[in-house]
Amino acid sequence: MSEESKVIKNAVCTFCGCVCDDIELTVDPAGKHITKANNACVLGKAWFLEHKVEDYPVALIDGKEASLKDAVEAAAQIFVSAKFPAIYGLSDTTCEAQKEAVAIADYVNGNIDTTTSVCHGPTGMAFQGVGESTASLGEIKNRADFVMYWGGNPAEAHPRHFERYAVTAKGANTPNGKDDRHVAMVDIRPTPSSLIADTFLQIKPGSDFELLWAMRALVKDAALDDSVEERTGISKAVLEELVERMKNCQFGVIFFGMGLTMTRGRHFNAGALLELATDLNQYTHFVALPTRGHGNVTGADNVVSWQTGFPFGVNFNRGYPRFNPGEYTTSDILGRGEADALCVIASDPASNFSAKAIEHIKKIPVITLDPKPTVTSSLAKVAFTTATYGINVPGTVYRMDNVALSLRPAFDSPFPSDQMVLKAIKERVCELRGLNQTTKTTAA
Amino acid sequence: MASALRIKNGKVYDPINKIDGKIMDICIKNGKIVKTVPKNTPVIDAHGMVVMPGGVDIHCHIAGHKVNLARKFQPESKRHDVSPRVKALRSGTGGSVPSTFTTGYRYATLGYTTAMEAAVPPLGARHTIEELHDTPVVDKGFYVLLANNVCLNQLLEKGRMEEFREAVAWWMNASKAYAVKLVNPGGDEPWKGRKNSNVDNIDSEISGFNLTPRKIIKALIDATSDLGLPHPAHIHCNNLGHSGNYKTTLETMRTAEGRRVHITHIQFHSYGGELNKNPVSAAAEISDFINENDNISADVGQVMFGQATIMTGDAPLTWTLRNMTKSKWINADTECESGCGILPFSYQEKIYTHALQWAIGLELFLMAKDPWRMVLSTDHPNGGSFMNYPKLIRLLMDKEFRNEEAARVNQKAIAKTGLLDLDREYSLYEIAIVSRAGPARLLGLKDKGHLGVGADADVTIYDEMDDKEAMFNAARYVIKSGEMFINNHEFCADTQGRLIHVAPDYDNKVEDILRPFFEDYYTIQFDNYAVDDSYVHDGKVIPTTSA
Ligand code: SF4
Ligand SMILES: [Zn+2]
Repeated sequence: MSEESKVIKNAVCTFCGCVCDDIELTVDPAGKHITKANNACVLGKAWFLEHKVEDYPVALIDGKEASLKDAVEAAAQIFVSAKFPAIYGLSDTTCEAQKEAVAIADYVNGNIDTTTSVCHGPTGMAFQGVGESTASLGEIKNRADFVMYWGGNPAEAHPRHFERYAVTAKGANTPNGKDDRHVAMVDIRPTPSSLIADTFLQIKPGSDFELLWAMRALVKDAALDDSVEERTGISKAVLEELVERMKNCQFGVIFFGMGLTMTRGRHFNAGALLELATDLNQYTHFVALPTRGHGNVTGADNVVSWQTGFPFGVNFNRGYPRFNPGEYTTSDILGRGEADALCVIASDPASNFSAKAIEHIKKIPVITLDPKPTVTSSLAKVAFTTATYGINVPGTVYRMDNVALSLRPAFDSPFPSDQMVLKAIKERVCELRGLNQTTKTTAA
Repeated sequence: MASALRIKNGKVYDPINKIDGKIMDICIKNGKIVKTVPKNTPVIDAHGMVVMPGGVDIHCHIAGHKVNLARKFQPESKRHDVSPRVKALRSGTGGSVPSTFTTGYRYATLGYTTAMEAAVPPLGARHTIEELHDTPVVDKGFYVLLANNVCLNQLLEKGRMEEFREAVAWWMNASKAYAVKLVNPGGDEPWKGRKNSNVDNIDSEISGFNLTPRKIIKALIDATSDLGLPHPAHIHCNNLGHSGNYKTTLETMRTAEGRRVHITHIQFHSYGGELNKNPVSAAAEISDFINENDNISADVGQVMFGQATIMTGDAPLTWTLRNMTKSKWINADTECESGCGILPFSYQEKIYTHALQWAIGLELFLMAKDPWRMVLSTDHPNGGSFMNYPKLIRLLMDKEFRNEEAARVNQKAIAKTGLLDLDREYSLYEIAIVSRAGPARLLGLKDKGHLGVGADADVTIYDEMDDKEAMFNAARYVIKSGEMFINNHEFCADTQGRLIHVAPDYDNKVEDILRPFFEDYYTIQFDNYAVDDSYVHDGKVIPTTSA
C-alpha cells in the first residue's frame, strides 16, 4: 500500500437512482476508508464516508461463525430441499449478482422478485397496459422546458436530480437552466422540493387519479365540470392554465414517485399519468419517468426481464417463468405462507413487510446476503457478509432511465461479493441436482 | 476444445465454395473446418440429410434497451409460448420478443448460428452487450446508430470531414459495435425538438442543423468505406412505410455513387402510390436498380402474417402507426443519439396494406437476379418473428404453396403486384445463399457462411423433406464452433457464442473534440462512456481493410 491517498475520479454513487457518475473519491493511505467524496450530495457523502469494513464474520450458520464454504453448502442444501424457495431483494447489488440469483431461481424451480414489487411495481404493470413515452435524462437536461414532479420529493430523496438532470441543469436548448423551464409540483403537502416550483398543486390525499383523468379530459378537449375542485382541491381554471402550458411547451416531462404509485389507485394512477404524457404527444414532445429509489433497482428490472421476459414477481415452479403480481410477489407469497425457504439479497423484508409475512419468515429457513446485519439476517439460518457494491465491488448498475454504468470501486473488502457467493451457491445447487453446467458434448 | 467430428454421406450446400448438393465429408477439428480427421474420429451419418453452414441473420432486434422494453411490455404474448428449462439450459418465454436464452436456443433450433442486432444507440451498448452475453449458442454483434448523432452532425455541418471520420471510428471502438447503422437520417431532431415532426425528403434541410439527410447518408457511406469496415453503411431509409417512398429509397441508393451500401428491410421502402393514399408495389423499380448496381445490397424485411412487434429507431413512424391502431405504444429517446418507438402489431391477411407488404417482399426475393445481394430477413420482430423463416423458405421454394397462400389474402392487394406472374422457385443452393453465404459475405465474415477449410465449424444438418417448412423448422444436428449443440433433435450442453466487433484505428486527438461535447450535453462522464473489455467475455475483432 502506498503512503499517498488514492484518488478515484468519475466514481459512481449507488445510493439513489440518480446514480451520479462524477464523484471524486479520496481513499486514505491504508486503503480502509474514504476520506472525501467530492461532488456527492449529503446522502452520497454519507454513503461513501461512513462506509467502513467492519469486523463481522464472513458467514453465520444458526448465528454461529462459519466458513464461507460451509455456509455455501448450507445455503445450497436449503435451496435443494425446498419445494418453493423464494429469492428477493436485488436492487442494491450489481447486475452480475442479479444474473446469478435469477439462475438459481431457475435451477431450483423457485420464485424471483425484487424490491420493485414494493415501490414501482404498479408502474411496471401500468406500463404493460398502456406503454410509456420516456427518455434518457440527458434529453431532459438538453430539451425539457416544462418539468413536473408528481408525488415525490427529489430535493430530499434524489438530491442532485435538479442540478444534474432536470431543473437547474443547463443543456443545448436550456442554456439558462431553471430560467428556461417551468417547474410544476404535485403533492399532498408542501415539501422542500415544492419550494422551487413555479406552480405547486397541493392536492387532496388520494385524488391523484381523478386529477390526472381531469387533465386528460382537458388535453382531449372533453367537457369537465367544476366538481373537480371539490374532489381534488384544484380548480378547473388552474388546471386549464396548466394543461395549456403543457400542450404548448417544446419538450415536457413528468417525473413521478411513490406518492403516486403506492397510494390509492396504484397502477391506475401510474397508468393515468403515463397516458397523460402519451396524449400530450398529439401537441408536442412529452415524456414521463418514474424516479426510482435504490441504486440498481432498474438493473434488477432489466436483468429479470431479459432473462425471463417479465420484470419482477416471476415464478419458476413449473420449470418456466410465469408472472403475476399479487401472486408471485414476495410479500404475497410470504403473507399466504407459501414459500418454504427464502433468500434475501441486500434487503430487509423482516423490517418492512406485513406482520403476517414476517411471521412466516420466522418459520422458514432464511439465507441473507448483506454487507451489514439486518433484522432479516438476525433471523437467518445462513447469513453471509458481503462486500459493498460500488465501494468495494465492481460491476454494472442501471440508472433510473435505464442507462447502464460501470462501477469504480474504491478499495478492497475482505468479504466476497454477492456475485461470488451466489455463483458458488448456484454451482453447488447444480451439482446437487445433477445439472451439468460446463461439459460440452462433442460428437454422437 | 480438442473435439473432432466427421459428417459423412450428407448432401452439402456450400455456395461460397460452389458446392451444390454434392455428397461429401465435412471434417471438423478444434472449432474449425479441416481437410481431414483421423479414422477413429466420431461420425455423424448424414445420409438423407442436407448439410449447410449455420444460418447468419444480418438484421434482427434481439438485445438491448428497446428490445427489453418490448419484452416486458407484452406479458400477454408469453404465457402461451413458454420454453421450459432443459437440464442446465435456461428456461424462458417467447412471443415475438423472446427472453435472451430462448432467443439463442430458438435461433439454433432453426439452424442459425450467427445473429446481428441491428440498432443500438452507443449509450445503450453496455446494456446490449450484457444481453448478448446471455443470448447463448449464436455468435453475435450489433450495429450502432450514428445518423442522428448530434455531435457527429455538428462536425458534419461545419464540414470537418476528417474529424467526423475519426469520431465515427472512436464511436465504433467505444461501443464495441460491428457496423454503422443509419435510421431515418436526420429525423430525430424534428421528432424530439420540433413537436413530433419528421423529415420527408432527403434533400430538405433538417431543422436545427445546416444539413440534409442526404449529406448525413453520404458522409457515413464515405466514412465506413474509408475506415475499411467489413460491413458498409447499413441504412434504414427515410420515409419508411409511406406510399411513394421507393423514390426516397432510389435516391438514397444513388447517394452511394458506386460505393458499397446495404439497404435494410427494403420491402418497407418499396412502395409506390401517392402519399396518404393506398400504396402499390414498386418492387420492380427497386429490383431493377439493385440488379443493375452491384455496389448495393439489401435484406428484404419480409412481412409474415400474425403477431409482430414494431420496434425501431424511427420513432415518428411508430407514432403514426399508433394513431392508426390505437394500441399501446412506447417512445424512448436517447440523449444526443437516437429515438425509438415500439408497439405490438399484427399483420392480417385480409388487410390491403398488410397483404401488399407480404407480396412485395416475395416479389423482391423472386425478382432478384443476384441472391447474394438480396438476402433473407423479416427484420425480426418487425415483419414477424425469425421463427417464420422456415415458412418463408417454403414460400420461396414452392410455387404451388405460394399461390395457395396468395389466394387466401386480400386480392385487391395481390392485383397491385406482379406476384402471380413470378414462377421462380428457389433451390436449396439459393436458400443457402440468402440465409447463410450471402449475409456472411455482405458482413465481411470470412470464416462464416461456408464449409471450406478454415471456416468456423458452424454446421447445420436438416433431414431432407418435400415440405420445406417442416425441413427448416428443426435442424437434426447443429454444431456451433465445433461443439454439438443439437444432437439428433436434442439439446446438448450450452455454448456461449462470441461477440464479433470491429476496432478501427483513430487518432486520440478526436477526444479533445468529443470530451467538451460530453461535458456540456451528456449526463454521463466522458470517461465512463466507453464499454471496456471486461464486458467482452469471448470476443473477436474482425479486422478492417485499408481503403
Ligand atoms: S443524488 Fe443520489 S446518486 Fe447522486 S450523489 Fe446524491 S445519493 Fe448519490
Ligand atoms: Zn430493423
